[in-house]
Order: sequence, then C-alpha cells, then structure tokens
Amino acid sequence: MDRPLGLLAELTYACPLHCPYCSNPLNLGDYQDELTTQQWLGVIAEAAELGVLQLHLSGGEPLLRRDLVDIVRFASGHGMYTNLVTSASGLSSRRAELLRAAGLDHVQISIQADEQALSDRIAGMPSFERKLAAARLVKKLGWPLTLNVVLHRHNIDRLGHILDLAAEVGADRVELANTQYYGWALRNREALLPSRAQLERAETVVRAARERLRGQMAMIYVIPDYYSKYPKPCMGGWGRQQLTVVPNGDVLPCPTAHTLPLPRASVREYSLTWIWQQSPLFQRFRGTDWMPEPCRGCARRDLDFGGCRCQAFQLTGDAARTDPVCHLSPDHGIVASAVRAANEAAAPREEVLIPRPHPDTRRQE
Amino acid sequence: MPLTGPMRIAHSADRPRLAPHVRLTYDQARQRHVLLTPETVTLLNGTGAAILELCDGARTVTEILAELRGRYDRVADADVEAFLAVLVAKRCVEVSHG
Repeated sequence: MDRPLGLLAELTYACPLHCPYCSNPLNLGDYQDELTTQQWLGVIAEAAELGVLQLHLSGGEPLLRRDLVDIVRFASGHGMYTNLVTSASGLSSRRAELLRAAGLDHVQISIQADEQALSDRIAGMPSFERKLAAARLVKKLGWPLTLNVVLHRHNIDRLGHILDLAAEVGADRVELANTQYYGWALRNREALLPSRAQLERAETVVRAARERLRGQMAMIYVIPDYYSKYPKPCMGGWGRQQLTVVPNGDVLPCPTAHTLPLPRASVREYSLTWIWQQSPLFQRFRGTDWMPEPCRGCARRDLDFGGCRCQAFQLTGDAARTDPVCHLSPDHGIVASAVRAANEAAAPREEVLIPRPHPDTRRQE
Repeated sequence: MPLTGPMRIAHSADRPRLAPHVRLTYDQARQRHVLLTPETVTLLNGTGAAILELCDGARTVTEILAELRGRYDRVADADVEAFLAVLVAKRCVEVSHG
C-alpha cells in the first residue's frame, strides 16, 4: 500500500462567503463540533509519521480558526509543505506576518470574478476589494501566490479579464477550475454548467494567455468533467495518495466521500494509520478489484481509477458503478442530458442560484 | 539587477536556485529527499538532492559541477545540466544570469 502524500485539513465549515458552487456538505450544521487544537496537532503528527508531505489548510474559511498559526507552525516543524486555501477574509497584515513567521509556504486566494459587482454577487457578500488587498499583501511579504477561480456559466466569459487581473496582482499561479458538481454546486448545476460555446471561447483565451504570460504566471485549467470523454482520476485513486480530515474529525478518501453510504472513520475513535491502512472506508474502493465493467476490462483503469465514486453515487445511486461522465458508462445518458440542457436553455437567471448558508443559520432557512 | 526568471540554462555562469514556492526536504517516512510544490511531490535520488542543495543562487553552474566532481567519481556535466533544465521548465528552479 502506498503512503499518503497530501492531507487536506478542512479545519472548519464556517465561512463568511455564500458561493453557490461550494462543495461543502449540505448538512453544514452537523460539523460544528470541531476538533480542538490539540486534536489537530495530533492528526498532523500522525500524518507526518504516515508519510504526508503536503498539508492543505482549507474549510470553510480556515482563517476563522484562531489556532491557525499554531497549526501551521507545528506542521512546518514536521517538515510539511503548508498551503493555505482561503477566501482571504480575515487575512490582516498582522495575521499574515504571524503565518509567514510560522513557516506557511504558500497561499491560495479565491476570487469569484475580475470585477467587484460580479465577484461580490457570486460570493454573496462584499469581499472583492479585500481579496485584492490580501493578494497584494501576500506578494509584499514575499510569498508565492496562487489565485483560485472556480468557473461557471456566470463568470467564464470574463476569463480574459480574470487572467489580466491575476497578472496585475502578480500571481505566480492561477488555477482556473470549472465547477465540480458536488454539494451546493450539484444543487445549482443547471444554473452553473456552461455551454459548449462558452467552453470553446474559454479554451482559446487560455491558450493565448499561456503564450503571452509564459515564464511569468503558471496556469492550470480544468474543464468541467461533464464535457470530457473520460472521467477524472479522482484524488489520484481512492485511498492512494490523499486523505481529508473534516472539521468533526471524520477522515475521508476525498472531501465529498461523506455522501457515500460507507462506515465512518473518525480520529476521535481510531488512529490515522489504522484508518488509512485498514478501515473498511479506505479499503472499499482501493485498487481495481471492486470495479464493474466497463472499467474492469478497460486499458485506462489504472489511469482514471474508474473516475469519481461520489459522482457515480450521486448520479446513479450506486457508488460502485463507472463514473457516468465516461462515454463508455452505461449511465452516460444522465450526464449527456445535463450537457444537452446546458446547451439548449437560455442562460438561467442569477436568482436561481441557491447560496450556501452559514452553518449557524442553516436551521433558520 | 540581474534578470531572474524560469529560463533555460544557457550559460555555465548561470546561478540556479530553488523557486520561492518550492521546498527541498528529507522525507523520513520514505527515506528520500523530496522536492515539494503546492500540488506536486518529486522524489529525488541522492545525486539529484546533492545538485539541488548546491543551487543556492550564489554558485554558478560551473561551480556546482566543480563541487560535485569533488564528491563523486564521475560527473556527467550534460546530465546535471539536463536535470536542472527539466526543473527550470517545471518552474521549480530559477536562474539568475551573470
């Protein structure tokens, strides 16, 4: 069995933003009993021993954890590469300097669009100006900066301007990832999935920008898997390279695996090593023995690992089926009809988007 | 101010160094040196690690090769330069010219 390379620590699901493409669980309120600082440090120490080299600190908004600096210092002391994935709300100069001193290696800031009105509308609160200020602060402190942009029907036509903005603030990398349809994003899929014409325009913009910004800014562009012929190699294979610990201490092979009808595995009850090596949850889809046809006999089974288990479950009700994104899947019609709808319908109105709520306001909906 | 950027290694006078977002570390669990970026892990052999430890932005490629010759019986200059060129192309190593 391989050792895990990366740990995604979702420290809290609290977040000031309301992005409608959020992949956090729909039942946010069930995660309010968060691990304590000592519990997180225990998880990190065990992860380091297990071979984890990269720690991605995310959420929700990880800056809402008051112990973030302590967590970073501890992980850095264990030789891990520490990466903060943030909306940047709460990244004051003082906090940033403390994180820098604690050894934080890299900062990823999300932006929703290239201009204030649209960005704030998607985020569900005024946040754009603060994000830009934070991005500039990150560069001023000498950190490498990645801007993360989740693309969808409402912002993908702004891609050229988004890239100009990224270059202007001095981003070293920009991740342009089309929405993945989990959690709140799946609920909002009809309103978010771009049309084929939009994607073609976006690809032209990316190609030109790659040429123009060569050597200045690295660009990662991820198409929506609904439009690809083969599924994505989700997490590099189930329980193969990555693990996620969510705010309440549950350990998952991927951040959305809580949606699957599988036994839970929590660091409150078991060691991280046992969970990685032996838990029924991590063993369930490891390797290729679990695969049905057409995956079982497919030459690509060690390349894409049958795609995403959560997507298979969400779309077919059975997590052990081939990811319906694959054109060879017997369930591919489900994806094909969503794509057809995205290309037939007139652009849905913005009001259709359901904003992701705050965990503590969930019950007041 | 010297021009710094992820360009190809062209001159033996170039001074390579790790890009700011890259960390070179020893992985106890795997007993190997590794090169880490936010999204990638590159496992290194002993020679690769030895080369990168010398990439401090002060030594020139010529000086790095001389150091390596002091440690190893055979040093293929072209192999070292090719190794660095790959990492420059991946933006893991930056080069100051002159």
